Amino acid sequence: MTQVEKIRKEFPELGEQVYGKSLVYLDNAATSQRPRSVIRKWTEMSEKYNANLHRAVHRIADLATNEYEATRDAVRAYLNAEFREEIIFTSGATASLNLVASSFGEAFVREGDEIVVGEAEHHSDIVPWQLLCKRKDAVLKVLPTDDSGHLRLDLLPGLLTPRTKLVCVAHISNVLGLVNPVKEIVSVCHSKNCAVLVDGAQGIVHERVDVRDLGCDFYAFSGHKVYAAPGTGVLYGRRELLEQMPPYMGGGEMIGTVRWEETTWAPLPQKFEAGTQNIAGTPTLRPALEMAQALRDPAIEAETEAIKQLILNKLQSDPRIRLYGVPTVPEEKIPLFSFSVEHVHHEDLALILDKMGIAVRSGQMCAEPLMDRFGVTGMLRASFAPYNTVQEAEYFIASLDRAIKMLEP
Amino acid sequence: MKTLQEVQAEVIEDFSMYDEWLDKYEYLIDLGRKLEAFPEELKTEDRLIKGCQSRVWLDTVVDGDRLFFRADSDAIITKGIISLLIGVYSGRTAREIADDDFSFVDSLGLRENLSPTRANGLASMIETLRRTAQNHV
Repeated sequence: MTQVEKIRKEFPELGEQVYGKSLVYLDNAATSQRPRSVIRKWTEMSEKYNANLHRAVHRIADLATNEYEATRDAVRAYLNAEFREEIIFTSGATASLNLVASSFGEAFVREGDEIVVGEAEHHSDIVPWQLLCKRKDAVLKVLPTDDSGHLRLDLLPGLLTPRTKLVCVAHISNVLGLVNPVKEIVSVCHSKNCAVLVDGAQGIVHERVDVRDLGCDFYAFSGHKVYAAPGTGVLYGRRELLEQMPPYMGGGEMIGTVRWEETTWAPLPQKFEAGTQNIAGTPTLRPALEMAQALRDPAIEAETEAIKQLILNKLQSDPRIRLYGVPTVPEEKIPLFSFSVEHVHHEDLALILDKMGIAVRSGQMCAEPLMDRFGVTGMLRASFAPYNTVQEAEYFIASLDRAIKMLEP
Repeated sequence: MKTLQEVQAEVIEDFSMYDEWLDKYEYLIDLGRKLEAFPEELKTEDRLIKGCQSRVWLDTVVDGDRLFFRADSDAIITKGIISLLIGVYSGRTAREIADDDFSFVDSLGLRENLSPTRANGLASMIETLRRTAQNHV
């Protein structure tokens, strides 16, 4: 049995059947499957440690709080953040981004200031900034991508002015699957006193993230894409910035003292964790990140690499297919492939593939501006996880050919 | 002329000849391909059926008390579905269409074999046909 076959057994959903066929799950960029260790932790939190956090003195409240705070330590270590209070738990990447847009915006963005976002961003990394700019009469600027899907880094210095407060880019676009040169972006931005936020929703899954090495000011991700429970998420923020930012939401454990005259805030990280937290879900981040670590096994990585080559060869050699996010060097591409097929609608393909047991995504993938940029109404996306096998990739290619044959005019 | 119910029964029978859903899709794709060409100039915003993920246009021509439909879609399976619907309802009186409960669609098993977004699209197509008919009763 290969390493991948062994690890697959830890993910119950992967053993399921659809329409009497083995499920081939290639929609991992939307949400990943969950391992037993995560499901166990989730259940354990509900069965044994269900109490509200940080408040009561009783035993199970203590145990629940310990689990929760131990998760913070684990996330800090995983991201190599300097301080544990730099790790804020949220309900997901979208919530993390909205938190920054609201609180960083309140503290640092004034009328006429500028925010820069990448052209290939997910709607969750566009709309919060649009809302902020509207609120503050600030200006939203776009860092374009080129035809191959690479960010136009050469245009970045020209976009930055003394009024640019924040640059927001994905670590890896959920459509293009190319790893952006975050370190380089950070160095350009910091030389102009501009902060950098990284949307790590895909990055946390496929890259070994070290926030101090990247040098970014914020790093946001969701738990559910990296094997944890849904409704969990993380915002890493540099302490110095977080301390200057006002709370995002009021209530619950985010307070110091509450008086009618004036209320004070709890110190970090509680300042940003108002209300009852995801008591059962957040602790699953610990086994989830342990799984992410375990999946960085050389044998598993070799199989993922083989899948990547196989799919890239197919998509780049078939004249009917147009691939979006074409790598210059193989290392910058993750096993995520968005493409369109000449004269065939992406939805039709997804529907036929579904009946063949293959789960893929079709549509705009929450990136409408990018669809417009490439002049398409949508794309088909196959996104692989380390637990996918070469056999699944081969079956996908054969099924894709069969589906195209059915649909071609 | 056959009654609306007879035409529906025929469609149900045709469709039930295929056991496998992939074959049923082939049938829909074929229907989509055979659909009469839709004039480009009719692809206007007001002819778009809202609620479909792919674009679907429906044009209605009124002749006396009868309604004649033409349609198109940029996705071929959706085009097959709308083709199947207008094949049944085109040329019928507004009263017949408005009074129909569209339950023959359920007999095809289409709804549960489409993705939820497609099923919503199908519901929108049916709703548009029904509303158009009601407006002409």
